[in-house]
Amino acid sequence: MSKKTIFDKIWDRHIVYDVPDGPGVLYIDRHYIHEVTSPQAFAGIKDRGISVFRPRKTTATADHNVPTVNQHLPIDDELSREQINKLAENCREHNISFYGLDHPCNGIVHVIGPELGITQPGMTLVCGDSHTSTHGAFGSIAFGIGTSEVEMVLASQCILQTRPRKMRISIDGELQKGVTAKDMILYIISQISAGGATGYFVEFAGSAIRSLSMEARMTICNMSIEMGARGGLIAPDEVTFNYLKNRDFSPVGEEWESKVEFWKALPSDPGAEFDKELFFKAEEIDPVITYGTNPGMGTGIRGRIPLLEEIDEASRSSFKKSLDYMGFSPGDLMEGKKVDYVFLGSCTNGRIEDLRSFAALVKGKRKADDVVVWIVPGSKQVEKQAEDEGIGKVIEDAGFEMRQPGCSACLAMNDDKIPEGKYAISTSNRNFEGRQGPGARTMLASPLTAAAAAVTGKVTDPRKFL
Amino acid sequence: MPIEKFTTLVSTCVPLPSENVDTDQIIPARFLKATTREGFGKNLFRDWRYDKTGKPKADFVLNSDRFSGQVLVTGKNFGSGSSREHAAWALKDYGFRVVVSSFFADIFKNNALNNGLLTVQVSESFLAKLFEMVQSDPSTEVMVDLEKQVISIMPWLTQERFDISTYKKNCLLNGYDDIDFLVSIRDKIIEWEKQHTEL
Ligand code: SF4
Repeated sequence: MSKKTIFDKIWDRHIVYDVPDGPGVLYIDRHYIHEVTSPQAFAGIKDRGISVFRPRKTTATADHNVPTVNQHLPIDDELSREQINKLAENCREHNISFYGLDHPCNGIVHVIGPELGITQPGMTLVCGDSHTSTHGAFGSIAFGIGTSEVEMVLASQCILQTRPRKMRISIDGELQKGVTAKDMILYIISQISAGGATGYFVEFAGSAIRSLSMEARMTICNMSIEMGARGGLIAPDEVTFNYLKNRDFSPVGEEWESKVEFWKALPSDPGAEFDKELFFKAEEIDPVITYGTNPGMGTGIRGRIPLLEEIDEASRSSFKKSLDYMGFSPGDLMEGKKVDYVFLGSCTNGRIEDLRSFAALVKGKRKADDVVVWIVPGSKQVEKQAEDEGIGKVIEDAGFEMRQPGCSACLAMNDDKIPEGKYAISTSNRNFEGRQGPGARTMLASPLTAAAAAVTGKVTDPRKFL
Repeated sequence: MPIEKFTTLVSTCVPLPSENVDTDQIIPARFLKATTREGFGKNLFRDWRYDKTGKPKADFVLNSDRFSGQVLVTGKNFGSGSSREHAAWALKDYGFRVVVSSFFADIFKNNALNNGLLTVQVSESFLAKLFEMVQSDPSTEVMVDLEKQVISIMPWLTQERFDISTYKKNCLLNGYDDIDFLVSIRDKIIEWEKQHTEL
C-alpha cells in the first residue's frame, strides 16, 4: 500500500468525482457562514430557484460586523443591522442553525465551531473567511473560500478544487518560558516570508507541536494562511480527543469509540512524501513582534528592525514604504517603543487560554495610564468561562474591562477602530496598512506580550514578569 | 447564473490588432463599483473608445461603421493584468460571444469561459490571415463550431482546430456555469454520501 499523508487520506476520501481534464469535486462536511460573505450567495441560490442542498451541514453566526458593547440593544449601524437581519432571515428560510447575538453560544466563527464540537478530525470544512484554516488544528482540511464558492456549497455541498502541493513544517524541542504558539507561528512566517508557503497545504509536526494544547494548535493553524498556504493542519492525538470529549456536537457512547478509532488512523504514514519539508528548533524562538505591514516582518522582541543593507535589493523600496507607514527606522530597537492601544482577541488569540495568560501576567499590577486596552473574548462561552474562573475579576482589579464577543479590531468593520497614526499591539493576525482602521499602526504579538504592554505602555519583553 | 449555451456561431468579426491588451484597457478600474454583472458593456475599452469629454474617437474600431459582429479578433496575450472578472462581463455584455487570439492570459480565459464567452486560441498564421481577410473585406464571416472544436473562415477557406478543456466545453454546450455543473451531478453526490456515512 502506498504511504499517504494525513492530507492525502482526507482529500482522497472526499473527492466525489474527478472532472476529466478539469478540477476535482470536493465534498464539504461542514460549512460555516457569517453575515458578511453570505448574502450574495443566498441571493444566487434564490435566482436559480434551487434549495440549499444540505442545510444541516451549514452553521451560521454573527461576528464580523457586530458591536462589542451593549449587544442587548438594537445595533446602531444600519448596514451591520441589515446584514445580521438578512442572515437570520436566510437561515430561517433555509433551515440553517444560526447562533445570533442573543444566543449563549454566539461568537467568532472559528472559535465557536471547535467549542461546540462541530469541527472534528478527518473532515473537510470551509467558510467565507480566510482564517478558516484554524480548524486544521483538529486534523481536518479547512480553508477559506470566496462568495461564489459559498454559493457552490449551499447548492451542492461541494466545491471545485485543484489539489494543492504538500509541505511539512517540523518544530522540535522545547519552548522557552514565556514563548507561546503565537510566537512560534510569527517566527516561522518571519523566516520563510509572508509568501513562503504559497500553493501549499502545510502539515505542522514535531515534538514542540505535539506538546501544544488545542487552543495553541488553533493559533498556529489560524495563521498558516499568513505565509501564503492554502491551509494548515496538525494530526489528531490524545490532546485532540480529550478536547472534543463531551462537547455539544461530539459523538457519544459507541459512536465516540468508533470515531476515535477512525481518527487514530488519520496521521501521515511514516515515510509519506511531501513536496517540501522545513525544520525549526523550538529553543531558538523568542517572543516575536512585527514591525512592518505584513506578518512576515517580525523580529525577536529584544531584536532590531533590519538595516536597509540586510534587505534584498528588490524588496528595499517596499520595506522602506512599510517602515514609513509604521513611523519606524531601519535598525530601531523594538523594545521600549510606545504603545497607544492593546487589542486582545480575534480568532487567533481570543480563546480562554489567551485570556488566562493575559490575566496571569497583569494580576496584581495596574494598567498603564495612557494606553487604551480592548479585551474581546472570542465567544459568549469564553466570556462566561472567564467570569466563572475569576479572570474577569483579576482583569478588572488591574484596571481593565472586558468587552463583548466579536471580530472587533481584527478587521475594524465595527466601531472598534485604532485611530490614525496610533500604535497598537494586537493579538490578531494581520498588520496590513489600515487593517485595524485607516492609518492604524499594528504590531502583532502574543497575549503575553500584549499584557506586558498593557501594564507598561511600551513594547516590553514579557519574560521580565515571569 | 446559467450561462448562454454555445454550439456553433457564424458571424462577421471586429478586428483589434493590438497585442497585450490588458484588463485595465478592457474595463478601467473606475468602472468596477457596480454590484451586478450587467451594464459593463457601455464602458468596454472606455479610454480607447471615448476621449476625455466622452466623445467617441472615430479611429477606434468599435466606433467604425465598417466592422461589427459577435467575434472579436485580437492580438497575442489578450486579457493580461488584473484578474478582474469584469473584463469578461464587459465583453459579453457588449455582445461578443467569441474572442479569437493567438494567446490568452490564463485567468482571463477561465473567467471568460465561466461566463459563456468562448476564447478561441489559433496559430499566428491563422490569426494573420484572418486579420488580412477581415480588413480587406469586413463582410468576411467565421464559423465557430464548439462541438468539433473548429474555427473556419467562410466559406470554408481556411480551418483550424482549437483546444478547450472537456469540462469547460461541456459547460458551454449545455449552458452551465460551475454551480449548475455541481447541481447537475447531485446524483453522484448523493451516491457518495451513501458510501461515506462516517462523517
Ligand atoms: S477575528 Fe478576524 S480573522 Fe477571525 S474570523 Fe473575525 S475577521 Fe476573520
